[in-house]
Amino acid sequence: MMTVRLKVNGVAHEGRCEPRKLLVDFIREDLGLTGTHVGCEHGICGACTIMVNGESARSCIMLAVQADGAELMTVEGLMQDGKLHPLQEAFREHHGLQCGFCTPGMLMTALDFLRTNPSPSDGEIREGISAVLCRCTGYQGIVNAVRAAAATLRGGR
Amino acid sequence: MTDPRSVGSAALPRLVGARVARREDPRLLTGQGSYVDDHRPARLLYAAFLRSPHAHARIVSIDASAALALSGVTAVLTGEEIARASKPVRAASKTPAVKVTSFPPLALGKVRHVGEAVAMVAAESRYVAEDAAERIVVEYAPLPVVTDMEGALEAASPLVHEEAGTNLLVAREFARGDVDAALASAAVVVRERFRFHRHTAICMENRGCLAEYATGSGTLTLRSSAQCPGIVRDVLSDLLDLPENRIRVVAEDVGGGFGAKASLYPEEIATCVMARRLGRPVKWIGDRREDLLATSHAWDEIIEAELGLDRDGAIVGLRALVTADVGAYSIYPWTAAIEPVQTISFLPGPYRVPTYRGRTRGVATCKTPLGPYRGVGRPPAVFVIEGLMDRAARRLGLDPTEIRLRNFIRDEDFPYKSPSGIVWDRSSFTGSLLRAREALGYDAVRAEQTQARAAGRWLGIGVASYVELTGIGSAIPVSPGMPIATGTEAATIRFDPAGKVTAVFGVASHGQGLETTLAQIVADEVGVPIEDIRVVHGDTALSPYGTGTYASRSLVLAGGAAIMAGRAVREKMLVIAGHLLEADPADLVPADGRLAVRGMPDRSVTVREIARAAYTGAKQLPKGLEPGLEATRFYDPYYGTASNATHVAVVEVDRATCQVSVLRYLVVEDCGRMVNPLIVDGQVHGGVAQGLGAALLEEIVHDDHGQLLSGTLMDYVVPSACEVPWMEVHHLETPSPVTLGGFRGMGEGGTIGAPAAIANAVADALAPLGVEVAELPATPERIFRLVARATR
Repeated sequence: MMTVRLKVNGVAHEGRCEPRKLLVDFIREDLGLTGTHVGCEHGICGACTIMVNGESARSCIMLAVQADGAELMTVEGLMQDGKLHPLQEAFREHHGLQCGFCTPGMLMTALDFLRTNPSPSDGEIREGISAVLCRCTGYQGIVNAVRAAAATLRGGR
Repeated sequence: MTDPRSVGSAALPRLVGARVARREDPRLLTGQGSYVDDHRPARLLYAAFLRSPHAHARIVSIDASAALALSGVTAVLTGEEIARASKPVRAASKTPAVKVTSFPPLALGKVRHVGEAVAMVAAESRYVAEDAAERIVVEYAPLPVVTDMEGALEAASPLVHEEAGTNLLVAREFARGDVDAALASAAVVVRERFRFHRHTAICMENRGCLAEYATGSGTLTLRSSAQCPGIVRDVLSDLLDLPENRIRVVAEDVGGGFGAKASLYPEEIATCVMARRLGRPVKWIGDRREDLLATSHAWDEIIEAELGLDRDGAIVGLRALVTADVGAYSIYPWTAAIEPVQTISFLPGPYRVPTYRGRTRGVATCKTPLGPYRGVGRPPAVFVIEGLMDRAARRLGLDPTEIRLRNFIRDEDFPYKSPSGIVWDRSSFTGSLLRAREALGYDAVRAEQTQARAAGRWLGIGVASYVELTGIGSAIPVSPGMPIATGTEAATIRFDPAGKVTAVFGVASHGQGLETTLAQIVADEVGVPIEDIRVVHGDTALSPYGTGTYASRSLVLAGGAAIMAGRAVREKMLVIAGHLLEADPADLVPADGRLAVRGMPDRSVTVREIARAAYTGAKQLPKGLEPGLEATRFYDPYYGTASNATHVAVVEVDRATCQVSVLRYLVVEDCGRMVNPLIVDGQVHGGVAQGLGAALLEEIVHDDHGQLLSGTLMDYVVPSACEVPWMEVHHLETPSPVTLGGFRGMGEGGTIGAPAAIANAVADALAPLGVEVAELPATPERIFRLVARATR
């Protein structure tokens, strides 16, 4: 068993786990943060995407011990002061989710994408979110939502 | 008694038809969904399944001693042990056209496909459970493998199910008129051998379940990623010999279903047996490999079809033979018949087909069982009939839209009985195609195509029109001969004394937004703001009797039940209000969320006051009126209703790579009266994306030994945002004449129309080469081979 110390959504956590434990399982089982989802465990579908030290990463192909000392952000950290983040608002307004299973990974991917590209074209949005598979929406509502959120975030609201 | 609709909620804006933002979104956007894997009761054990590496083999012995010796392992179950606690699943059929075979929860005696569950481990963690599964030693004696569906019908073929005495599990024929004579005298006959390969749904949430057995009360609770909690509850009662009132099946948030989660699965039974045996909660969450191996596959058909037309392009006859590879087991409750019979049932499409003979065969092979997936039978059926229509148009020198317009069932023909016996109610076949032509700017796009061709580009336009049967009632089984009845759903609408509403449904939502659309319907019927309504679904302990969500039925059936229950409650509200106001209920009108006497707005009561009176008893109620304010109503649409659409795809085939890009995609759909256009659009978008995957990218591939070669999401390629085009969706709203509310089901249509539209567009792009597209998915390799053969 190894000790893992990390920060998630600004809160410090310490846990003990086997070296083989996946980061996503540590987040979900040991920390009880079930917003991050497991979709494929081979790094393709992107449902497990979180922020690790400010950049998006797939938590299903990272070990928990590799995140020792890291600062993580999960979907639970997106809401601030009881208010939905502009991305979350835009996903709701533009019907960017249906079953909601890919949504946490999609939100974290879009967050990282807009950080690096605040004024994307639709083609760039599609490429940016192609890291996450969604089976429900055909991506149209998601593209609309990311475009709208980009405008809101540029406006500084 | 006054018509409650006339007072309805006139004081509130009507919500049916409005783009209401979804009520389930805030929890799903903030990581507060409640999927199966999010639940961790105390003393939980984690399950893992050992799965067969062989496609067909006798099980000689199973030795679990090394697994049981591992620290943290609680129990191992095998097929023989589980057979003492659960009956095998037998998807019985009322028709002799279907041979009934057993589907044991864990393999018994022999394995019939790679990935079949052979043993189950329960342990303190999933990691340990998987370690233990690896330590189970199974000795197999390999048997000859059956992988080719046509070869499986030869007399010398090994049998997948000895009890059936044949691999032909399903044989059925529909016929009308003398098709042989019609084709013999037809001016033009086009024929093709079509191949629609094997696919699977790929829900982003893998299947999983969590069973708890309370030994004290003898009650079993199963949380499952299921579309049909009612069906699962009913069959578990039979298999496990537990009364239904002691089984609770819960499907809260479910991460996509698309039909693949509508069947009973072996893991659900095994998890219940393990939990009951150990008296501890047991959870199994499948991984993606297990999903690709052991969630039902779809479509996988060879269809040989011939279409005869007269000189003017009018259809004179259609003759077809469908052969479906139904895999190793007949899936419950739909049976092996669902895919092959659905295909011949819908093959005639939205056309007047005077003579028809459709024969179908469902053949067992050593592959994952075939089950329902978005569209069921109709993606291949529409691919075939629409492909034949285009071939005929080319032969006759007609525009593909013109030949369709000449053959559609006309407005004056409704209701029209199809050659397979389905009755189509008033639909907009012609209207949807004309609208699609106009919205696309069809003539301009054809002109662009001419220019592109002159420049050497492979640009094509593909049209597909279809009709589907949705919201099916009790007159027609969803799958022919199936062992259960599926024609009804119920709603309970209950006011609490504070005037808030709980609406409970037996259907379940897994992304369709039913918590929103059903609340919209209830709000309109009972006349309260949507904020005051909570929709509860997906829990058999809370809901009136129902089966679940499949076959594009939930909005039609549950929505109809909501209308009936809402009207009953509203009627009682008016009686109570009339009593409180000493007025005739017929004289009451809504005003600012209250009910007031017409012309006297100061004589009014609030909904809250009415609800409180309902529960207060005699002094507040008219003499003889039963206290309480709730109603349960069951709705049966009897036949069901049609939904139709026309899809148009504009594609370009890259001359160097043979990759297909979809440049434009347009849908004109008619789902009757729309409850929420935002959600209708979303269903169309998602359906088209899956149809595009089916047409161009996705394919389940086995080798000759029955080994799955597409066992990861790198090999089974579902579309990402880069492959899916912008989709332009137009709506016609022809209210269904036969359903309450005028609703038509529309969850599957996108996937029904898209493969045909895209295939026809690819064929149109390659038409100068004389190439036809008869096989899907049309991968670059397949297109390359077609082009190479044509230009050799």
